[in-house]
Amino acid sequence: MNVIGDGLAIVRGDAQADRVVPPTGHTAWLTTFTAGAMAFLAVFALALSLATGRLAERWSNELARTATVRISAPAGQEAAQVQAAERVLEQTPGVAETRLLDVEEQRALLEPWFGPDLPVEALPIPRMIEVIEDRQGYDAEGLRLRLAAEAPGAVLDDHTRWRRPLVSAAWRLRILGWLSILLIAGAVGAMITLAASAALAANAQVIRVLRLVGARDVYIARAFVRRFTLRALTGAAVGTVIGMAAIALLPRASEEGGFLTGLGFHGWHWLLPLVIPVLAGLVAFAATRQAALRSLRELM
Amino acid sequence: MIELDDVSYSYGGGELLSNISLDLPSGSFHFLTGPSGAGKTTFLKLCYGALLATRGRVSAFGSDLRDMGRDDIARLRRQVGVVHQDCEFLDHLPVEENVALPLTVSGRDRGTEAANLSELLSWVGLSGQARSLPPELSGGERQRAALARAVIMSPEMVIADEPTGNIDWEMSLRLLKLLVELNRMGKTILIATHDLNLIRAAKQQVSARVLRIKDRSLQLAGADL
Repeated sequence: MNVIGDGLAIVRGDAQADRVVPPTGHTAWLTTFTAGAMAFLAVFALALSLATGRLAERWSNELARTATVRISAPAGQEAAQVQAAERVLEQTPGVAETRLLDVEEQRALLEPWFGPDLPVEALPIPRMIEVIEDRQGYDAEGLRLRLAAEAPGAVLDDHTRWRRPLVSAAWRLRILGWLSILLIAGAVGAMITLAASAALAANAQVIRVLRLVGARDVYIARAFVRRFTLRALTGAAVGTVIGMAAIALLPRASEEGGFLTGLGFHGWHWLLPLVIPVLAGLVAFAATRQAALRSLRELM
Repeated sequence: MIELDDVSYSYGGGELLSNISLDLPSGSFHFLTGPSGAGKTTFLKLCYGALLATRGRVSAFGSDLRDMGRDDIARLRRQVGVVHQDCEFLDHLPVEENVALPLTVSGRDRGTEAANLSELLSWVGLSGQARSLPPELSGGERQRAALARAVIMSPEMVIADEPTGNIDWEMSLRLLKLLVELNRMGKTILIATHDLNLIRAAKQQVSARVLRIKDRSLQLAGADL
């Protein structure tokens, strides 16, 4: 049986052939509903996958090339230690840029926890130098040793300790999202195979009559394949539209919000869910075709 | 047309038909008789490719059925019209669409065949039931609809399995008349029946050979028929 021919037959349609298989209300409803529900879930899995991918990328890009030097020293020595640390950083190969955070920036960093009226100047909080490395990167251990020797109050924090597990978690979430999409596709295929097999078994008389009058297996199979593919396509299209609407209605991402509020599609990513009904149709096509051919072989 | 050469058929460890040889020439009229369970239906199925012989050779229109693929068998069934006792239809389609089913599945345009279809329904006396659904038909009407469906592709041969099994004598004669007419048009007819009266009635109208299946073998029936 020619796969391309079957695909074209679905697109072209055949009103008379469609009438040959009687409408089966139960399996029709079941197939359409399940395809819709699965497409709805697939939209969320896709959104999750894309959001975690964005998060992982942002954390990787923004934090991978930065580090912070924290200087805690008695009030009288703070300026000298800051200067000493800046000098060490300037001389360190692999450091592209350094920037001493001013009081306002430090207040902004602490504001989420202590509120806007925190008297930063009056508190013994450490000074911070943001370090941006170049492509080659620097020797973190060597820099730590030099800072310890020349500016004892300075501590290098290269973010690795907390960045690595977060980036790893984000990537794993992304993989989980894609895995969910694969599982959903598999579940759609299994469900449609069951529904198609049930429909074929229920229509044994139709198949007997069609065979008796000289219908080829390809003709009989196409009648079922077309019906189930179109049902899955329709159900998945409705499920996808509802899923996209639900995603659009989620709260927008904000500075204060975590990644959950960033769950959604950005820019051209809104086009990606439109692939879901097509994929559902392809899965249904393959599953029904396989089930139909197997059943017809068994029904000699 | 159909030729069986030393054909045997076994199922479930037992042999149902043994060493059967027969030639069904074009334009002939044959009856196949024998008690219930003798293997008449099996014999007919071997002739139109619904079953394959376990031994021997069955050829139809010059081709060995064992060498035929599934598509070839489908094509053969368009050349051999089949009527069953419990004639099955697609119950959700009206009679005219059921009769035209062989045209539909072979991809022929029913629009251009509409006149033939109408003529055919008139020939079997079902013009008034064209839009009826099969479950609404009587036993005789179903048999005539099945005959119309069997001949719509102008097959070379018509095989009927107990076509009068479920209908009264008057309707049986009407159906027989149609089959005799088909034979006079040059079609080969093979009818399996245990109705000896039907065979006698046919022999008054047409030159028919009567075959009997007995003890798994095929014999020519005696002069009593």
